[in-house]
Amino acid sequence: MGENIIIGADAETKHYTLNFGPQHPAAHGVLRLVLELNGEVTERADPHIGLLHRGTEKLIEYKNYMQALPYFDRLDYVSMMAQEQGYSLAVEKLLDLEVPLRAQYIRVLFAELTRILNHLLAVTTHALDVGALTPFLWAFEEREKLMEFYERVSGARMHAAYIRPGGVAQDLPVGILDDIALFTKTFDFRLNEIEELLSGNRIWKQRLVDIGVVSMGDALAYGFSGVMLRGSGLAWDLRVAMPYDVYSNVVFSVPVGVHGDCYDRYLIRIEEMRQSLSIIMQCLNNIPQGHIRSDNKKVVPPFRAQMKYSMESLIHHFKLYSEGFNVPEAEAYAAIEAPKGEFGVYLRSDGSNKPARCRIKAPGFLHLQSLDFMSKGHLIADVVTIIGTQDIVFGEVDR
Amino acid sequence: MRIEYFLKIVSLLLKGSIELLSWSERENIIYINLRSGVSLDYVLNIFKRSSVLQATQLLDLWAVDLLSVKNRFVVNYLLVSLRFGFRLILKVSVSPSTSLISIASVYPSANWLEREVWDMYGIFFKGHPDLRRILTDYGFDGFPLRKDFPLTGYTEVRYDEVQKKVVQEPLEITQEFRYFDYSSPWEKI
Repeated sequence: MGENIIIGADAETKHYTLNFGPQHPAAHGVLRLVLELNGEVTERADPHIGLLHRGTEKLIEYKNYMQALPYFDRLDYVSMMAQEQGYSLAVEKLLDLEVPLRAQYIRVLFAELTRILNHLLAVTTHALDVGALTPFLWAFEEREKLMEFYERVSGARMHAAYIRPGGVAQDLPVGILDDIALFTKTFDFRLNEIEELLSGNRIWKQRLVDIGVVSMGDALAYGFSGVMLRGSGLAWDLRVAMPYDVYSNVVFSVPVGVHGDCYDRYLIRIEEMRQSLSIIMQCLNNIPQGHIRSDNKKVVPPFRAQMKYSMESLIHHFKLYSEGFNVPEAEAYAAIEAPKGEFGVYLRSDGSNKPARCRIKAPGFLHLQSLDFMSKGHLIADVVTIIGTQDIVFGEVDR
Repeated sequence: MRIEYFLKIVSLLLKGSIELLSWSERENIIYINLRSGVSLDYVLNIFKRSSVLQATQLLDLWAVDLLSVKNRFVVNYLLVSLRFGFRLILKVSVSPSTSLISIASVYPSANWLEREVWDMYGIFFKGHPDLRRILTDYGFDGFPLRKDFPLTGYTEVRYDEVQKKVVQEPLEITQEFRYFDYSSPWEKI
């Protein structure tokens, strides 16, 4: 845990500064925390971020709209497709593009699989930080299955680049829907097992209950979103409040916390996974046949088979993969309910084939900002709990 | 429609300080271009406290570099009203030589966001409690998201085996930076 600054012979001076991270497993990546401690009590936490800053926003200004997409996988690298969806929605708003219903269902289906993927990591690495190893091992088994679904639709386990402006990259392979249905059945049971180990566990509750309490007012003032906001008792979910894709066609409930502490947020994450399972089942039952991409040929690339006999398709293919598509001069902000909170993409187009400005609104950035006030007065061990409950991933915080 | 109702409220509340008011029905977003010189914390306090808008959350704050205009930076404030379910994007133009008033006292979430804008664009926020750089490296110089800052940057970092420490050196690229500009001179598709 960094270097300890030795307290001098004078035992009266209790204040000291501790450097936590950036190489520490409980720092969830590359968080450097400068903690001001009074004994074991945290007086001030000053997160130093930016160690994973790659300049994504700057890079995107030099790429055309299609090339910018894979950067979104690499922001929050445990909820990949959710961010692709956010970016795609922003581009579709700029272009006023309609997405076929089947593609929208596929998007929602995979967005919810992604939510499970993220929450499994969030809950169980949180448990790992606090001292429970077993749920982590079980959850990563399940995550592997989820990433196999990713692989089957896109060929990549993680950085899928599957959801694209105008629809999705490919149609679903045969039999995947049956396998997802099978997964949802067994996964429900796994979730019970994880809950059995954690929810009633005395140590788990001692570490989480009444730790990192956030009042409703603070949650609003500090710009919280997602689970962090709902943990404080505000039923605000973009899937319900401002539905995108086919979220208006599915029925689910939004779990809300009462005390605003870490334990509530844990329970919400577990319940959200169950709700996601229900949304997935609804999608599986209702997914229609049809196209998986918009038929706007000037934006969406043609299928390879078409290129073999259609000259027009060949030209479109060449143009789209060299010049890309041009977007009329406009600006758009699209937000989705990513597993971690509101993930927004602001795009500004100057009429060319590259975005003039791409602003990525990452939920984790604002959550990490509040670490200072959330950990004030808590023990140093609770700082780890609070980092865990905030579900920080540095890919999106640093961008 | 409801959004028209909120537009009317906004234009009544901020009479005289709005330059342009537009909205997007599909996105549920109201765009407000503020006149330069308008007191920002005053305007934001209105949005936050008025019971008819209740834009209680500042979710994001970012800048855009227009380069060719005199007031080249546009700073955007994204406000959300959870009560009424709409978003507001407030825009203020600012030139590199002037500063903006920090709104971290109105919306605490602006603290880091303003630090990021300062870091990336060099826009100074007056009255900010702690305006340090946030995302760039310790000792970094320059404002990387400005349009006149090159993508490759000016310096590179490496570990020096002799000095046993990380050193910063002027950038040395063996191959010239390749800017793939495929935009066609013909009609845009």
